[in-house]
Amino acid sequence: MEDIKFNKVVIFINSLVPLALLVWDAARGNLGANPIEFFLRTTGVLTLVFLLVTLTITPLRKYTGWNNLVKFRRMLGLYAFLYAFLHFITYIGFDRSLNFSSTIQDIVQRPFIAVGMAAFFLMIPLAVTSTNGMIKRLGGKNWQKLHRLSYPIAVGGVVHFYMIVKSDTTYPLLFGLILAGLLYYRFHAANEKTRQTLAANVKK
Amino acid sequence: MVIKKPNAPKASEITPEETFLNRRNFIRAGVLAGTTLATAGVYRFINAPAPPEVETAQIPNIENKNVFTVDEQMTSFRDITNYNNFYEFSTGKTSVAAKARDFNVRPWTIEVGGLVQKPKTFDIEEILKFPQEERIYRFRCVEAWSMVIPWVGFPLKTLLDKVEPTGAAKYVAFETVYDAKQMQSSFSAGIDFPYVEGLRLDEAMHPLTILATGLYGKLMPNQNGAPIRLVVPWKYGFKSIKSIVKITLTDRVPTTTWNIANGREYGFYSNVNPNVRHPRWSQATENRIGELSRRETLMFNGYADQVASLYEGMDLKKNF
Repeated sequence: MEDIKFNKVVIFINSLVPLALLVWDAARGNLGANPIEFFLRTTGVLTLVFLLVTLTITPLRKYTGWNNLVKFRRMLGLYAFLYAFLHFITYIGFDRSLNFSSTIQDIVQRPFIAVGMAAFFLMIPLAVTSTNGMIKRLGGKNWQKLHRLSYPIAVGGVVHFYMIVKSDTTYPLLFGLILAGLLYYRFHAANEKTRQTLAANVKK
Repeated sequence: MVIKKPNAPKASEITPEETFLNRRNFIRAGVLAGTTLATAGVYRFINAPAPPEVETAQIPNIENKNVFTVDEQMTSFRDITNYNNFYEFSTGKTSVAAKARDFNVRPWTIEVGGLVQKPKTFDIEEILKFPQEERIYRFRCVEAWSMVIPWVGFPLKTLLDKVEPTGAAKYVAFETVYDAKQMQSSFSAGIDFPYVEGLRLDEAMHPLTILATGLYGKLMPNQNGAPIRLVVPWKYGFKSIKSIVKITLTDRVPTTTWNIANGREYGFYSNVNPNVRHPRWSQATENRIGELSRRETLMFNGYADQVASLYEGMDLKKNF
């Protein structure tokens, strides 16, 4: 279907909109009183949104029967990585002033930084292996196994968000609730598969 | 039933390929533009721009300008009034200004009592007749951002002297107004209301400790704690309680809101101290609003010469 190409363009452009507005506002000095905090918070939330959307593709596909959804997943996952990368370099560049030892000290002293950092580094192998060539080289099964890392990554991201919030935990809990639903689905689906395999083996 | 053979469309009715493609492109352009605008709209809705400034009245006859000042650039009025922690209105610092816009601060009284000779309820209009002076102070939030604010106000001591604290009074407890109708904070603010704070009596009597009635020469904007708030420049900002309705002299350590919410992170003293780190904000440096690179945080927020003697012999790591 040629429409997939067009839909990809729509998703590509729409996913860039927040970044375009961030850059536009930054250039005009319109990011508010604390532009660095705003940029960090916005890119962080966008990373979580894209991670959760990526993880929603499979259940949504099963539910709607629209298998083509999977064709948009790679792009959405890469957008999660893009926003996480911007989040990461803003932290290193502005919050830590590109100071390596201060960054290490910060990771040790502030647990929420360590959690966020771990989640970010786990995203790198997934971004690197996102090309068709890499899928072939790894083999579908191995690739799939590796990309299950997206679940711990999302958990890390939501925990990182929860830990930075001072007292109003509404938004981190909302993300957590959605993630819990997705994890529940994941385990449920896996159990179903095992049961079916077992049943099939028994019949033999 | 007779089924008519459908008439083949006339050649003239067939859409030419070019038009067909144009139409499809037209629809696609529409879909692309529509979704993009919708996404931008959602982004703008979530990140609403700062509301227009609310003008408050000028405070007449401000004394002692340039006496208490710092040699650093003042933070802009716009930033001071659009980046506020005032959880009764919202837990989002950039949302407070809009939500506090219609907060009605008249009539207003402050009940001053407890261990005093002459308890009294002051009307705000009476308090505004006290001599008002300008105090340009650094303001350091526990979240590791800071500002330089030209407050208008008077020493807290002026008010406390009028009620004559008894010899038994050792601490001062403060309480913020809580009007659930006017302050529609999210049910999930995560702290208890009314907001309460406290100081040791000698801290309260210190010449740097003021009750502020305005900033930049004008009456206090709602989002900054109208009509009257505490300012203790050597402590983290949350100690400087806003919109005060009650002051009580006592012989016990007063309960304080953030200490109840999380005692491990927020102590009673909460003096600005770059050597006592916080699990979420490295307190060694701070983000001065209006600057992009970070500054070193100063002991007692730069007021060590004036206040360090208050804490002589105390372990500030334990009494954080």
